[in-house]
Formats: sequence, C-alpha cells, structure tokens
Amino acid sequence: MTSVTIKVNGAETTSDVEPRLLLVHYIRENLNLTGTHIGCETSHCGACTVLVDGKSVKSCTMFTVQVDGKEISTVEGLVTEGALHPVQEGFTEEHGLQCGFCTPGMMMRSVELLTLNPKPNEEEIRYGISGNLCRCTGYVNIVKAIQYASNKMSNGGTTE
Amino acid sequence: MLQTHGEDAKILAGGQSLIPMMKLRLAAPKYLVDINGISELEYIREEDGFLRIGTLTREVAVEESELIKSKYGIIAETAKTIADPQIRNLATVGGNLAHGDPGNDHPATMIALKAQVVIAGPEGDRSVDINDFFEGFFETSLKPNEILKELKIPIPSGKSAGSYIKIKRKIGDFAAAGVAVQLSLDDSGTCRSIGIGLTNVDSVPLRAKRSEDLLLGKQITDELIKEASQLASDDSNPTEDLRGSEEYKKSILRVITGRALKSAVSRANGDM
Ligand SMILES: Cc1cc2nc3c(=O)[nH]c(=O)nc-3n(C[C@H](O)[C@H](O)[C@H](O)COP(=O)(O)OP(=O)(O)OC[C@H]3O[C@@H](n4cnc5c(N)ncnc54)[C@H](O)[C@@H]3O)c2cc1C
Ligand code: FES
Ligand code: FES
Repeated sequence: MTSVTIKVNGAETTSDVEPRLLLVHYIRENLNLTGTHIGCETSHCGACTVLVDGKSVKSCTMFTVQVDGKEISTVEGLVTEGALHPVQEGFTEEHGLQCGFCTPGMMMRSVELLTLNPKPNEEEIRYGISGNLCRCTGYVNIVKAIQYASNKMSNGGTTE
Repeated sequence: MLQTHGEDAKILAGGQSLIPMMKLRLAAPKYLVDINGISELEYIREEDGFLRIGTLTREVAVEESELIKSKYGIIAETAKTIADPQIRNLATVGGNLAHGDPGNDHPATMIALKAQVVIAGPEGDRSVDINDFFEGFFETSLKPNEILKELKIPIPSGKSAGSYIKIKRKIGDFAAAGVAVQLSLDDSGTCRSIGIGLTNVDSVPLRAKRSEDLLLGKQITDELIKEASQLASDDSNPTEDLRGSEEYKKSILRVITGRALKSAVSRANGDM
C-alpha cells in the first residue's frame, strides 16, 4: 500500500492505495463519487474523463499513485453553491443527453475545451470532443450544449 | 532502479500505451519507474543546429508549440492525428518512439526528418540514427537500463516543408497506412534533401529509401512522383487486419505517398 494525498473537488483527502489501483476505481470505489463512469476500460470511450490539475485525462488509463499531490475535478464538483455550471446548464437546455452515460465525461472534457478555447466553432468542438463517444445523441445536441455554455460563459452569464 | 531490476522494470511515461498493454496482460512488469517527475525532459528548443525535443514532452505541447508550427509543421500535423485530446494530454513523444509499435505515428515523421535519438545509460549518453533505432516488432535498440532522453532533428535549410498523411477509420484509430515526407528544394526547384517514412505497413516503421533515392537531386515532376509512390508501395509489407487487406493497404499507400509528395512540394514553394 502507498499513501496518497489528493485534492478532490477542492477538498484534500489522504488514503492508502495499492500501486496498481486505477484512478477511476479510486474515484468510484474509494471516494464513492460514481458520477465518473466506466464505459470501456480500454481508453476509448471517454466516459471516465476527469481533470487532473485542470487537464482532461481518461482516469481508466492512469494509476492513482500518479496523481499524488495533485488536484482532481470530477463532475460532482461542477456545481457551485447550488448553481449548475454553464456546461451542465447547456446540456440541460439543449437536450445534450439521452441516457446520460457519456455525459459526465463529455462535460469534463467540455470544461477544459472551453478553458483553452472560450469561443470554439463547430469543427473545433467536434474535434475537441473526439475522445468521447456517445451512443445515443448523434452529437448534434452535444455541440449545441457546448455552444450554449460558451455563449453563457463569455457573455458574463446570459445566453443572448 | 532500472539498473537493479533490469528486465523486471519498465519506464512509465504517459502510460497511454503501457497501461492498456498491462490491462491486456501483454505487459506485466514487476516494477514501474515513473519518470513523470523529471520535468527537465519536457522541452522544445533549437540549439547547435538541431531542433531538440525532450522525450517527456506531451503531444499537446507539440501540437501547440509555435516553433514547431512555424518551422516543423509536419510534427504538429502528425501529433494531431494521434489518438484523442485526453490521450494527447498525457502521451509523450518519447513513449511514442520507445514503444516500438510500427502503428505509432511519430516514427515515420522522425525518419522523414532524419532525426537522431539520444539515449542515456549508466555509461553516459549515446546517439542513434533513427533508422537504426527500430530493430523489430515492438523492439528498439534501448537496453533495459537505458532511457530515451532527447530527439535531435537537423534544422532544415533551403525551402523546406513536409506533410504527414494518415488513413484511419475514425479518430483514435491507428493508421491503416501513413506516410511522412519532408523535403528541401533549392532556388531552381531541385530536390536537395528528402526523407520518406511509412507508418504501419511493415513490422517496423519503414524508410522508403528507393523513393528517396529516385527523387534526390532532381526536379520533382508529376511523373517522378508517380514512380516514387509506386516504389514505396512495392517496398511495403503490410498485413491484413480489420483495417483492410494487404492489397488495399498497398494501394492506399501509393495514393497517399503521391499526395504527401505533392503537398510537401507545394508547401516548400510557398503555395500551401
Ligand atoms: C485509444 C488509443 C489510441 C491511440 N492512438 C494512437 C495513434 O493513432 N497513433 C499513435 O502513434 N499512438 C496512438 N496511441 C498511443 C499513444 O500515443 C501512446 O501514449 C504512445 O505511443 C506512448 O507514449 P506514452 O508516453 O504514453 O508511453 P508509455 O505508455 O508510458 O510507454 C510506452 C513504452 O515506452 C517505454 N518508454 C516510454 N518512455 C520512455 C523513455 N523516455 N525511455 C525509455 N523507454 C520509454 C515504456 O517503458 C513502455 O514500454 C493511442 C493510445 C490509445 C490508448
Ligand atoms: S472507461 Fe476510460 S475511456 Fe472508456
Ligand atoms: S447520452 Fe447515451 S451515451 Fe451519450
């Protein structure tokens, strides 16, 4: 066992983990944050996407011990003081989900995308979420949801 | 660590190849040596006549580097075709070469750029020509106690440009076939240097030597491009898989080699 100290959605936690424990299992089973999903476990689907020090990664393809001393953000951390994050609001308003399985990963990836490129065009959005698979929506509404969030975030809160 | 544990230990860089292989039990190292803390290995700079890239440099840094985009466009073009954004946030250029997978994309580009790799071991550093680095299927000239440290790419002279073209079924897929071309033309349009590397059409990343020899020292005409593309296809040795038959792969390789040559020539001439 190895001791790791990780800041999770702003709060620091220390745990003993096996060196081989994948980050996604740590998040779901040790922290009980089950918003982060496992879709494939083979690094393809992106359902397990979380942010490590602000960068989106596939948490099924990292060991927990690799994030010792770092900060991770999961979908549970998007809400601040009861208010939905603009990305969450976008997915709600534009019907960016059907079954919802891909959604947490999609949203975490969108958060990084919008940080790097606050006003992405459609092509940039599609390329930006190319590591996230959705079996339901056909992506059209996901693109709209991200555009909604982009507008809201750059217009200081309104979507006009 | 590597010295003590020899074959039992493996270096962990981005982990985007090694962790998937461990899940499939294709790799089962007893010890992992995580080199992610060595930030001295993350850099992109020109020095002493070479573009130098530290092996721990992430794909995302390569994609976004102004130096690379302005003078070595082919490297950014290659990085963009690799996997997807999340994987590129972690995956390293060094890991892409050290893995020794003929399906990885940087090897062909490094062949086209005539790169050297710098390897550090207990007795100090050694430089290896990229063409001698890949020894077999998932085999490189790295010894268990060595680490890949740097890629050295000669700064190109003359009107120089490159092109990387990869055919894949979808984003995140490895190449059905890929080709990297980097060339320099002098003022008269004569080809003064050329490198052509091929992805996933043999058990190792392949250099299209006969195609290079055909074009070197000549004005590159459509006729010569056709001939050079045919030679690259003839010299390839792809195997049939879900991405297509041997014939299909040889045929697309011929077509994309032609396209990459044309694109490199027009980029070198400044036509984009
Ligand atoms: C879904 C998916 C799709 C992908 N698609 C592509 C693709 O289209 N094209 C492509 O090229 N790649 C692709 N990859 C592979 C990805 O780019 C890999 O991350 C990369 O090939 C290896 O880099 P890494 O830093 O992750 O290395 P790791 O996985 O950490 O290591 C790979 C191997 O190299 C060794 N190694 C790493 N660094 C060093 C070093 N500095 N010195 C000595 N040995 C070292 C390790 O010991 C290990 O054996 C894909 C991966 C996934 C999961
Ligand atoms: S569960 Fe990690 S990419 Fe699918
Ligand atoms: S909403 Fe069902 S997988 Fe995306």
